[in-house]
Amino acid sequence: MTIQLTNIKKAYNQGKPNEFWAIQGVSIDFEPNRVSCLKGASGSGKTTLLSMIGCLTRPTSGRILLGDRVISSLPERFLTEVRRHTFGFIFQRFNLIPGLSVLENIMLPAYPLGLPYTQLIASAKRLLKEFNLSAKADNPVEWLSGGEAQRVAICRALINDPQIVIADEPTANLDSKLSYEFMGLIDELQQSGKTILLTSHDSAVYDSVVVDRVVEMRDGIVLTDAG
Amino acid sequence: MLYFLRKQKYLIDYTLSSLLRRKGKSLGLLAVYSMIVFMLASVTLFSHALRHEAGLMLQASPEIILQRMEAGRHAMIPADYLQRIGQLRGVKQKAGRLWGYYYDPAVKANYTIMTGGQSETPLTNIIIGTGIARARGLDVGDYLTLRSQNGEAFSFQISALLDDKSELVSADLLLMSPQAFRRVFNIPEGLYTDLVLSVRNPREVIKVVEKLTQLLPDTRPILRDEVLRTYDSVFSWRQGILFVLLTGSILAFVIFAWDKASGLSAEERREIGILKAVGWETADVMRMKFWEGMIISLTAFLIGYLAAYAHVFYASASLFEPVLKGWAVLYPQFRLTPFVDGLQLATLFFFSVLPYIVATIIPIWRTSIADPDAVMR
Repeated sequence: MTIQLTNIKKAYNQGKPNEFWAIQGVSIDFEPNRVSCLKGASGSGKTTLLSMIGCLTRPTSGRILLGDRVISSLPERFLTEVRRHTFGFIFQRFNLIPGLSVLENIMLPAYPLGLPYTQLIASAKRLLKEFNLSAKADNPVEWLSGGEAQRVAICRALINDPQIVIADEPTANLDSKLSYEFMGLIDELQQSGKTILLTSHDSAVYDSVVVDRVVEMRDGIVLTDAG
Repeated sequence: MLYFLRKQKYLIDYTLSSLLRRKGKSLGLLAVYSMIVFMLASVTLFSHALRHEAGLMLQASPEIILQRMEAGRHAMIPADYLQRIGQLRGVKQKAGRLWGYYYDPAVKANYTIMTGGQSETPLTNIIIGTGIARARGLDVGDYLTLRSQNGEAFSFQISALLDDKSELVSADLLLMSPQAFRRVFNIPEGLYTDLVLSVRNPREVIKVVEKLTQLLPDTRPILRDEVLRTYDSVFSWRQGILFVLLTGSILAFVIFAWDKASGLSAEERREIGILKAVGWETADVMRMKFWEGMIISLTAFLIGYLAAYAHVFYASASLFEPVLKGWAVLYPQFRLTPFVDGLQLATLFFFSVLPYIVATIIPIWRTSIADPDAVMR
């Protein structure tokens, strides 16, 4: 599923003294089944751009097409529907919910679908097995190491079998060995047919052979596009 | 439908685990909430049960009490008024009553003294209520001395104690013969404290009262319904006083609930952001929080109400006794007949559960309609 962005702009606190334009007119396409990485310094607008693609927020102006569907002007309810079925998110600080077990955290995105419990638990256990986490299924997430927590976050992103996986600074809290392992997992996801969108200012990510395309951003605009 | 039910089950499961994760906060809220419901329910259950009981007891009381007034005050009524009333059609039965109050300095309490019929109680015997027996440490066979109007001392032997089932009205009651009563209070023959009448047709009671006031203009008729209304307003007044006293704690709870709800912690806001980011709709978050409010408020309502039920009907409302039972020093010790009024239950539910749910849902709605992208940062 192709993602097309046309003249996207995003302002925060619009009309207020602290108005800030995070994205200032970006037009770019992302092809399906590729690993694309947005790189740039903090404040360059890469997270904002991913948030808009992932339907976590709407652009102030411009148009986002997902396949042949315009998603930039969808009402909140439909936006959630698109987000739920199309995207899987891996956040910088993993954003797992403390106090819940590994298994419960993974199943969280699937609760609103109302699937039968047996089906839900089977999908979660399959992912746990795939990511070598079966032994940790009932542990609270606070007990996990950084690498394990990230694998749980990946499992959670995949539970609804999304077509597009969005990862924001996925290696920011990992050491180089774990970062390398993470890129291996990204490679596997791409092999399984997923489209991957990453943001990073870590060379271990944007210089990785796994990444097909690197888009550099600065001050809310695309500076270079290589790949 | 199955999909919807499964979804609700998952949301409830998640809510329960959320509550368990914040065990301290949840238990604290539950304890305060239950305490408020307990206090409100105790007051309403107690007042309603007393009214109900009073209503049942007054059903057996005379329809009309006739008192003679002198200078606007209650005075003794001559026995010949009974003959004059005898001419009135519609009056079925009529009798003179003797009753009064006796202040006992030994226990600093007033006793209500009534006559126990013409010949039932021998001259030197009395029957006392359990409140008097407790206060004076008396039992059957013991003697109680009362000092008359002119200072003369009369000793009475206690022949029986009144049944403690009637303690609500008989705790401070002392029954003696009419002759003994006249001696103690120095009341000559031919005078009564008041007269009691019953009518043939209860629908004509107002008409009978009109005729009585024409026939005996110096008298004041008191209807059973008026007594009932007085009881009702007295208990309502006392209930109101207690509610005013409780207002402080209710207000504190409302502020606590509002603060809890509106002041969502950063952790709670982040959690809502995560849930939305991973695919929960605003409605799902609202439903989850609705279930959270329902679980807390219903549990608190149930605990508070059941505790109040036990407090009122099994522990005789010991906490509110001084305010609700009356001005008497000899508080009756009694167990009220369990009585639950559906409307009262619904009112209590409406004023305790709904405001909490509304107070918690609105701020959460405000938080959950925000874009979840903040969670990415």
